[in-house]
Amino acid sequence: MTGSGPADDVIVIRADPPWFHIPWRELYRYRDLLFLLVRRNFVATYKQTVLGPFWYVLRPLLTSVINTVIFGYVAGLSTDGTPKFIFYLCGQLGWRYFASCVAATQQTYLGNAGLFAKVYFPRLIVPLSALVTNLVALLIQAATFFGFWWYFREFHPEGSVLRIRVELLPLLPLMVVQTGMAGLGVGLWMSSLTVKYRDFLHVSQWLLSVWMYATPVIYPLSMVPLKWRWLSYLNPMTGVVELHRYVLLGRGTVVPEYQMLSVVTAALFLFSGLLVFNRTGRTFVDTV
Amino acid sequence: MNGEPDPVMSNAAESIRVEGIGKQYRLGEIGMRTLRESLAESFRRLLGRGTPLHHAKVRQSASDRLRRTRAEGEPARERGPGEDSVRTAVQQNRIWAIEDVSFTVRRGEVVGVIGRNGAGKSTLLKVLTRITTPTEGRAFLYGRVASLLEVGTGFHPELTGRDNVYLNGAVLGMTRSEIDAKFDNIVEFSGVGHFIDTPVKRYSSGMKVRLGFAVAAHLDPEILLIDEVLAVGDASFQKRCLGKMKDIASTGRTILFVSHNMRAITRLCPRAILLEEGRLTFDGPSHEAVSRYLGGVLLGTADRQWPDPARAPGNELARLRRARVTSEDGAAAEAVDIRKPVILEMVYDVLRPGYVLQPNFHLYNDDNVCVFVTADRDPAWWRKSRPRGRFTSRARIPGNFLAEGRFSVSVALSTPDPVVIHFVEREGLVFQVIDSQEGDSVRGDYTGQMPGVVRPDLQWTTEFEPGT
Repeated sequence: MTGSGPADDVIVIRADPPWFHIPWRELYRYRDLLFLLVRRNFVATYKQTVLGPFWYVLRPLLTSVINTVIFGYVAGLSTDGTPKFIFYLCGQLGWRYFASCVAATQQTYLGNAGLFAKVYFPRLIVPLSALVTNLVALLIQAATFFGFWWYFREFHPEGSVLRIRVELLPLLPLMVVQTGMAGLGVGLWMSSLTVKYRDFLHVSQWLLSVWMYATPVIYPLSMVPLKWRWLSYLNPMTGVVELHRYVLLGRGTVVPEYQMLSVVTAALFLFSGLLVFNRTGRTFVDTV
Repeated sequence: MNGEPDPVMSNAAESIRVEGIGKQYRLGEIGMRTLRESLAESFRRLLGRGTPLHHAKVRQSASDRLRRTRAEGEPARERGPGEDSVRTAVQQNRIWAIEDVSFTVRRGEVVGVIGRNGAGKSTLLKVLTRITTPTEGRAFLYGRVASLLEVGTGFHPELTGRDNVYLNGAVLGMTRSEIDAKFDNIVEFSGVGHFIDTPVKRYSSGMKVRLGFAVAAHLDPEILLIDEVLAVGDASFQKRCLGKMKDIASTGRTILFVSHNMRAITRLCPRAILLEEGRLTFDGPSHEAVSRYLGGVLLGTADRQWPDPARAPGNELARLRRARVTSEDGAAAEAVDIRKPVILEMVYDVLRPGYVLQPNFHLYNDDNVCVFVTADRDPAWWRKSRPRGRFTSRARIPGNFLAEGRFSVSVALSTPDPVVIHFVEREGLVFQVIDSQEGDSVRGDYTGQMPGVVRPDLQWTTEFEPGT
């Protein structure tokens, strides 16, 4: 009986479970499953690929190269005076975690239908494992970013403007938390909606690209007129991406009050997402 | 329910308490539909028209076999005022897979759950394992629960056997340290040996099942809920599973065991509960439950009628009114001579003209093996749309074709393209094929056990060359 200890609490099954409930104890009990799923996600994604986890590095780099050419040179968008490539790479660093969390979380129900139909475990484990998987990717990307940052600082003609605000660095983990909250929230929404309407499989890609354009990823927030900035901050990712630049590049626009607003919207996304996800989970198995 | 002692604090001898559990499913409608359909339906409701045909098709994908509609007393929840025309359709699309099921299991008891296909066994188990939520009632499980509805749940083909043992174990509720401690035993029990570090996709299906069962066998719960897992694998594997379950049972675990295997039930479970049409109809010694079950299925199912059209299986397009097993002279027969033909008959009303319909029968033997599926190809109606009215379709099974034993027939009507199932009456008919052993049947003068799904009268020739 290793590890099982005394009898767990009573399991109560009822027709009208509480409308909002996060099973903390159960989540903790299934923590090993979470990390095993993370491992599965990695192995499953990169089995039979030549480059394997290097894709985590390559994708943001390639996107940044394209952004540099299209938006930097062809469209000539401002980059707040920073070197274009590093500007876009920084944008990717803030944005990509959100996008990948939404995309991975959306698969929760449909991608695990067979599993969910046969065994119970707290369903939230699956999206949480997606969050952790993507977090590992984020760390790899952050390391790459610092490499490029150093290179641009040393060798790029405009590199001297780059400056890391060391005193604000502790804010970045908080930004990652905020991104995770928003990404999980939106992903849970999409996952639940996809169960009922497959249409949302098609909507999500489109939604993510529109969302990216609504976020200062390929342009600086300074291009948004002052009177509309509050609106931009309703998007929880605006504050995150812009703060990354402010801290890591030394250029950017940060309005603390608005920043708080984006925390609130991120929390709202998460809360409502959990609600919908719980509701869907109750009878999901009957509808697939 | 207030005023009673709080079940959460119930006495220590109790392991499972089920109070009035009911589970309602919605047929056809819902599930994977498109946003467009959903919007269209809302619009249609506003206009007060009924649900369209394709919403009424019977959903077959779920493993639960659903049989009944509850015609009265159920408030149609999403019905607003002024939508009476929708009401019938909505109600007919809701069925109770289980209804008002209550029982308690004491700590250390091993209880079997039996019943025909569609009686609600799987649904009950799905509710108790928390895979789905009940529509009404509540249940309490006191202790660490593990459920086993499938062997090797969550196996990933790209991962090695080792990784899959951990993943599968964790999915079933084990912690990493528990699996660490039992890992060597699991590998030994599974017999996959040095393939343990090979990706599972390279395993044979037998190896996968053995590995999955090895993990499950090392679960260490206080309450174990098991579904028909013994139905997989060969005879020796099943024997091993049964042995392992007996071991588990003897260590004082509480077990709820759903099975079709009556021998396993009587051997393993002192007590059994019988589900019929979603209701618990017997709870007591397992040999009594089994004989009730067998008696129940043997009697009176060679001729079934549905006098009330509203309760007959079907939808707004067609309804099943009668199903029979008869001998060649047209008399209903629960027992038929193995040498004589058997006629399967269904009578159904077509309520809406203009559809191509294909009546079909699915015949299962006592081991739940599908012997055959047969569909009407009578040139008179083959690929032709049918008018409104009553139809009688018959299929003739030749004599000297089926093996001895008990057979059950699913009676179904569908439209082939696109596939819409109008009704499926599972185990709608049950009959017995008897060999009186007079020497002129296929078995000849042999009187022993004769295996085989069918026993056709084949033409034999034997040539002879005089000895050298």
